[in-house]
Amino acid sequence: MASNYNAKEEDGHQPAAIGHGGAGTVKNKKPDNTAFKQQRLPAWQPILTAGTVLPAFFVIGLIFIPIGIGLFVTSNNIKELEVTLTNYSVWLAIFHPCYNCSQSYSWNSTKPCTCSVPFSLDQPFESNVFMYYGLSNFYQNHRRYVKSRDDSQLNGDKASLKSPSKECEPYRTSDEKPIAPCGAIANSLFNDTLELYYIDPNGSRTAIPLVKKGIAWWTDKHVKFRNPGGNDNLTVVFQGTSKPVNWRKSVYELDPSDPDNNGFINEDFIVWMRTAALPTFRKLYRIIHKKPNMTPTLPLGRYILEVTYNYPVRSFEGRKRMILSTISWMGGKNPFLGIAYITVGSVCFFLGIVLLIIHHKYGNRNHSADIRS
Amino acid sequence: MVVVELLLVELLLLLVELLLLLLVVELLLLVVVESLLVVELLLLLVVELSLLVVESLLLVELLLVVVELLVVVVRVRVVVVRVVELLLLLVVVVRVVEFLLLVVRVVVRVVVRVVVRVVVRVLPKGDMLSGKKRCEERHVRANDRDYNEKFPYADNHIRTCKYNVFTFLPINLFEQFQRAANAYFLVLLILQLIPEISSLSWVTTTVPLVMVLLITAVKDATDDYFRYKSDQQVNSRQSQVLRGNLQNEKWMNVRVGDIIKLENNHFVTADILLLSSSEPYGLCYIETAELDGETNLKVRQALTVTSDLGADITKLVDFNGEVICEPPNNKLDKFTGTLYWRDNKYPLDNEKMLLRGCVLRNTEWCFGMVVFAGLQTKLMQNCGRTKFKRTSIDKLMNTLVLWIFGFLVCMGVILAIGNTIWEQKVGRSFSVYLLWDEPIRNNNVVFSGFLTFWSYIIILNTMVPISLYVSVEVIRLGHSYFINWDRKMYYIQKDTPAEARTTTLNEELGQVEFIFSDKTGTLTQNIMVFNKCSINGKSYGDVYDEFGHKVEITERTACVDFSFNPLSDRKFKFHDHSLLEAIKMEEPSVQDFFRLLALCHTVMPEEKNEGDLVYQAQSPDEGALVTAARNFGFVFRSRTPETVTLYEMGTAVNYQLLAILDFNNVRKRMSVIVRNPAGHIKLYCKGADTIIFDRLDPSNHVLMNTTSEHLYEFAGEGLRTLALAYKDLDENVLEEWMKRLLYASTVIENREEGLADLYEEIETGLMLLGATAVEDKLQEGVPETIACLTLANIKIWVLTGDKLETAMNIGYSCNMLRDDMNEVFIISGHSVLEVQQQLRLGLMVMKQTLSHHYTYDFSDDSVFEETIIAEYALIINGHSLAHALEPELEQVLLETACLCKTVICCRVTPMQKAQVVELVKTNKMAVTLAIGDGANDVSMIKTAHIGVGISGQEGMQAVLASDYSFAQFRYLQRLLLVHGRWSYFRMCNFLFYFFYKNFAFTLVHFWFGFFCGFSAQTVYDQWFITLFNIVYTSLPVLAMGLFDQDVNEANSHRYPSLYRPGQLNVLFNKRQFFLCTLQGVGTSFLLFFIPYGAFCLVARDDGSHISDQQAFAVIISTSLVIVVSVQIGLDTYYWTAVNHVFVWGSLAVYFAILFAMHSDGLFSIFPSHFPFIGTARNCLTQKSVWLVIMLTTVACVMPGLAVRFLKTDLYPTLTDKVRSLQQASRKLGPKEQNLRRVRRTSSRRSAYAFSHQQGYGELITSGKNMKRKGETPVACVSAEAYGTSGTSEGNTRTQQTVMDSNVVSNGAIQT
Repeated sequence: MASNYNAKEEDGHQPAAIGHGGAGTVKNKKPDNTAFKQQRLPAWQPILTAGTVLPAFFVIGLIFIPIGIGLFVTSNNIKELEVTLTNYSVWLAIFHPCYNCSQSYSWNSTKPCTCSVPFSLDQPFESNVFMYYGLSNFYQNHRRYVKSRDDSQLNGDKASLKSPSKECEPYRTSDEKPIAPCGAIANSLFNDTLELYYIDPNGSRTAIPLVKKGIAWWTDKHVKFRNPGGNDNLTVVFQGTSKPVNWRKSVYELDPSDPDNNGFINEDFIVWMRTAALPTFRKLYRIIHKKPNMTPTLPLGRYILEVTYNYPVRSFEGRKRMILSTISWMGGKNPFLGIAYITVGSVCFFLGIVLLIIHHKYGNRNHSADIRS
Repeated sequence: MVVVELLLVELLLLLVELLLLLLVVELLLLVVVESLLVVELLLLLVVELSLLVVESLLLVELLLVVVELLVVVVRVRVVVVRVVELLLLLVVVVRVVEFLLLVVRVVVRVVVRVVVRVVVRVLPKGDMLSGKKRCEERHVRANDRDYNEKFPYADNHIRTCKYNVFTFLPINLFEQFQRAANAYFLVLLILQLIPEISSLSWVTTTVPLVMVLLITAVKDATDDYFRYKSDQQVNSRQSQVLRGNLQNEKWMNVRVGDIIKLENNHFVTADILLLSSSEPYGLCYIETAELDGETNLKVRQALTVTSDLGADITKLVDFNGEVICEPPNNKLDKFTGTLYWRDNKYPLDNEKMLLRGCVLRNTEWCFGMVVFAGLQTKLMQNCGRTKFKRTSIDKLMNTLVLWIFGFLVCMGVILAIGNTIWEQKVGRSFSVYLLWDEPIRNNNVVFSGFLTFWSYIIILNTMVPISLYVSVEVIRLGHSYFINWDRKMYYIQKDTPAEARTTTLNEELGQVEFIFSDKTGTLTQNIMVFNKCSINGKSYGDVYDEFGHKVEITERTACVDFSFNPLSDRKFKFHDHSLLEAIKMEEPSVQDFFRLLALCHTVMPEEKNEGDLVYQAQSPDEGALVTAARNFGFVFRSRTPETVTLYEMGTAVNYQLLAILDFNNVRKRMSVIVRNPAGHIKLYCKGADTIIFDRLDPSNHVLMNTTSEHLYEFAGEGLRTLALAYKDLDENVLEEWMKRLLYASTVIENREEGLADLYEEIETGLMLLGATAVEDKLQEGVPETIACLTLANIKIWVLTGDKLETAMNIGYSCNMLRDDMNEVFIISGHSVLEVQQQLRLGLMVMKQTLSHHYTYDFSDDSVFEETIIAEYALIINGHSLAHALEPELEQVLLETACLCKTVICCRVTPMQKAQVVELVKTNKMAVTLAIGDGANDVSMIKTAHIGVGISGQEGMQAVLASDYSFAQFRYLQRLLLVHGRWSYFRMCNFLFYFFYKNFAFTLVHFWFGFFCGFSAQTVYDQWFITLFNIVYTSLPVLAMGLFDQDVNEANSHRYPSLYRPGQLNVLFNKRQFFLCTLQGVGTSFLLFFIPYGAFCLVARDDGSHISDQQAFAVIISTSLVIVVSVQIGLDTYYWTAVNHVFVWGSLAVYFAILFAMHSDGLFSIFPSHFPFIGTARNCLTQKSVWLVIMLTTVACVMPGLAVRFLKTDLYPTLTDKVRSLQQASRKLGPKEQNLRRVRRTSSRRSAYAFSHQQGYGELITSGKNMKRKGETPVACVSAEAYGTSGTSEGNTRTQQTVMDSNVVSNGAIQT
């Protein structure tokens, strides 16, 4: 791009004399003899040979298959039970205990609708049992949904409390008062109440204690979410803000019983605010702790799930579930991982064998023999 | 009567014409007052408005109104007409009058407009635009600043820098955004600022864009600064300007019209008109190497009237001549002008001009008047901007980027349609939880799709990452530095390292298929060395040891000691002592031999200090011969028009020069007739052996045979030979002959023939003295280099301005032509038909042999060998080439030439060189490389894909035009086979990996689109998207692009066939691109769906779920970074420490940044910018997460690995083979390498190769350049005035040179 003309070159023959070498030092232009400049850096030069590639395949196969089997077995040992709260199978829908609720309920309803779903466990659940609610076809990962929150506000920033971020639109203000917490995510907080009862063989119902502490990530609960001005006097702090449109109660009334679980640091709220990656998801609802004695956490038998049906999903063909699950070292039940490991491992192993055969039959074991230069 | 009528008619016509002329003049005036017309127009408008008030529905008037085409008027009319209709009858009269007026005005206006338009078109644009006085000619008055300043002439200040401090930012930014890529990212940035579609924060594009702009800006700024510095340096050079008296001035203060003084060896300040000089007749010598690359001296002569001014300051100050000349142009060899002085007109031409860039030589001082200065000088007018060359990879890359862009749009459309459907089916009902935005809420899902399209364009833009262009540039820059740093391409004698002057062409060096080489100065050193001689039947020059065996002459062989001779040239080397002994023995034949060499030539001596002789020879071989004579004690010391002074073994001997029978191409010999102090008259003749042998006295028969044998021997070694002979002349015979000569030289008709006959007559019955052998020294290693490049399947064509014989000679000596070649076709036809016939014949012969071999090919394997041996060569002459390059023949030429192993074009003009290159370039779709050293190679260097200049020589023109320069031809081998090959290999690997990486990275969003309602939600953290290309993955791939080596340099040299893949372009092409796309798509698929499958359900080991978006993002991005790092590990062949540091470092940096960004600290400072707090901690502590990452990595990498293994195992390329060999040999330790040696096996007799430029003969004999004035020169043979070129040969030659320099300048214009 530069112009062809260069004064130094026009000037001719001894550019070194005017060069930057200083007065009188004519510098030799010979390039330095360094390994870097001469491209002689010492280097490791691996080659893909049968001796390195084939063992790699076998080793991977031999490692992956056992891991896969282990994962698969672990996953199978995890006990899991899913209870559907809505059922859209057209023919069976009307037989579902929550059919009426799901049909009639909308955000405008004033009276809560309740229904009880009976189910039974074929085998006892040992150790801690985790209770999830699951939603399907619920797009928590939609772009407009995801961005519709104000992290500063949730972190207890007072300025943001009064004037939430624009991202929250159209859930930013209501009646010209800022919404706390603002945004679509908070607005659509899951607000069904689930209660679990064990039906004794004699027919009496025993409520199973559901623990709501420890369901959110520690970092979320303690760092990311904070109430403005500490946890005291939330009513005062949230003065002048409006509750989200869909909510029945204000944010400071989420759990009046426990100040450490109220307001923005309410764990149910925090769990909801951690948006799911996929439209079908589960969120931890409650934990059923292991009993100190040797009896199983959830003995086998009949149970009833009492649902206070507040959360309408029918309109967008969503589905609600309640899941009870135990946990292992690798987390919850997840047959995919085990199967995937076994598959990949065997494919690698098989590929290794195929490559070995090909190599022995057709391969060039002596490359250098036939070089014509 | 009829005649009278006719006359009348003619008169009338004349009158009409006059009137018309007047009209034209009038109209021209109208042009000047066009601005007034605008005002008038406005007035007219008002008039018309008032007219409309009284307008009827008259058709004519309506038409006129239409002519006006004023919409406003029309609108007004509609309203007004109705109102005023009532008044119509009352004002009819008024209206008619006004109407007439209007007609006149409108007609005038229309006519004026038309004429103005015509005039504007006819006149040259610049004149109208500048509005200045037409400057078709240039008026410059000497010593009259006030007069000259009336014109907008440039001063001598030059400025090649583009910016200054204030304009840098706007101009540079403007330039940068003209690049498609930058503009593209700017558009993206703007898109991202629209909240509705912004799927990424604007930071993700801004950060890389700003970095790119910044880097480029810094580079541009430094470049420009250096240009500014060099401008400054040139501008502040000192020169002596006449301002009443001589004053020192900086160059930039010199103005047009100034008279300046130049001194010897100084650069010419501007384009000046030579007024007077220290030399007689106002002669002055210049060297134009900087201008046109020719190193020989050129003569310029001032007008006689001005040369009389001499160095007389008062006269010069009074000089007030006015030069009227052509406007500035770039024709180096043309100048037309007139000097008006003292009421006289003197024509000026190029012979009176000294151009900027020349150097004054052999002239103490001279005065000149500045005609063109600064940017208007011919040198600066020739400095066009260099054409921006692009590599084929570049073009491919641009096509691919376009494809990708198309692909991007396609995906955008798919996802947008998906979005429309989704919003319609699901989004509508989901609006319970997620209200539609304002624009979509009006039930317009298509609009949502439209917005989504743009959002996805933003998200997916990383498929063409901005860092691609930067990385490519960085890699090329690195490769260029490696070339600059290469010690094996550094020439110690000239202290010249190789230089990559263009940093954008490196990978093309690995794809060259055709090399076009100049001969002189490129293949040869342009140094003639007196190597051997045969005197009186005895051969000298070889060295024998004590046993009588011939000894190879090396650097260490003892040289003959010339110290007895104080006037000897120290640089002259001769190894055979016997010759000096013969001289010392005063053998008459030896003495005569060297006396001849010292007398018979047209060399000009220059003796600055006592004994410091410098010869100015027209051709180097003549110089070599005179220098040889000088060293052997026959020193040519000085000459006058009629005498030559020799120092024969220390004593001065004066010879009277009676005649020079000058050289030309037909005669192929030259003679001098001298009278020695003893009064004997002798004719000395040197020339082509065959010519001389024909004119020998029969008594020489035996000697001739021996000499002939020696000549054969010399020629076999590739030496240029001359035979020498003398003749004693009788005084009477000579006198009579001289009379006839004088008569013949005054005859106008058939003068040349007459002279030639006379010469012929006297050059008979010669006595043979011996023969000389001059070596046209090839550059070191040329035959080896050519052999090696040929093995690499590169075709080398030699394009030279030399004669056929010389070119063939060189062809043989550098092994391009061999005796064992089947046939050498020599095309030297003078007409199209002849050339066509010769070409077709050659083609036929070759095709026959080839097809012949083909038929055998299938039956017998051994015959195949023969096809390889069937080698042909094509040698084509300049005038034949002119015909062959015509459109109807060029295909035949190309076909023939490409079948031949060797192609040599001789006697070609620079223009033809460029044409040949262009022919191959356009028709063969091959990468061409042109290498040369002189200005006549510039056009070829600029035309070819890659231009290489030989530096370290005197002329810089070729180097300035070139893309690469180095000092020796042999470095070409290293440049192509090592640097070029590596560059190509690295660039291809880089591109392959880079595209793969970005597809894998970006397409995850596509898959995710199906699960997030096509909402353009990103999978990754925004910061990750920003940093992925510029931080996490940039350095390893850069390291690979910079340092990777598949095969080491020794093996690159040893197996030239390794160069083949580059020529076939197999390492990166559309197929490879498709493969890397496929791999990228596959990887992105696995990268998304394995975590998808795993995280549909997975829970942490504390029961809480990690299938949330942030965890998902961390897992996929971590897998991606690991997969991509593993992949580059597999792609890297050469793991230096840098690669290790970069690969591992990038991984480490990724995790460091990940944890930093997800830390509590950053979150507490910017809660809304780092919402990923804690995700890394919560996620990467989970075993299941690592299991997923491991699975993904293995699944992504293994298929590619298997394919690659199969490829190398089943179909190993030569590269693979050499690699494994290399590894094996490394294990064995260093091995003795057998270097190929190319032996010359030519036994061909070389022909007479003499200077093809006319000598100073005429100048010498006319005495013009001698210091002695006032004496009339003696009767001389070539009595024609200098420059009128008596022979036809001379004529064609001058035309040739004119053409050459035309081409040179044209070459510059093209840029």
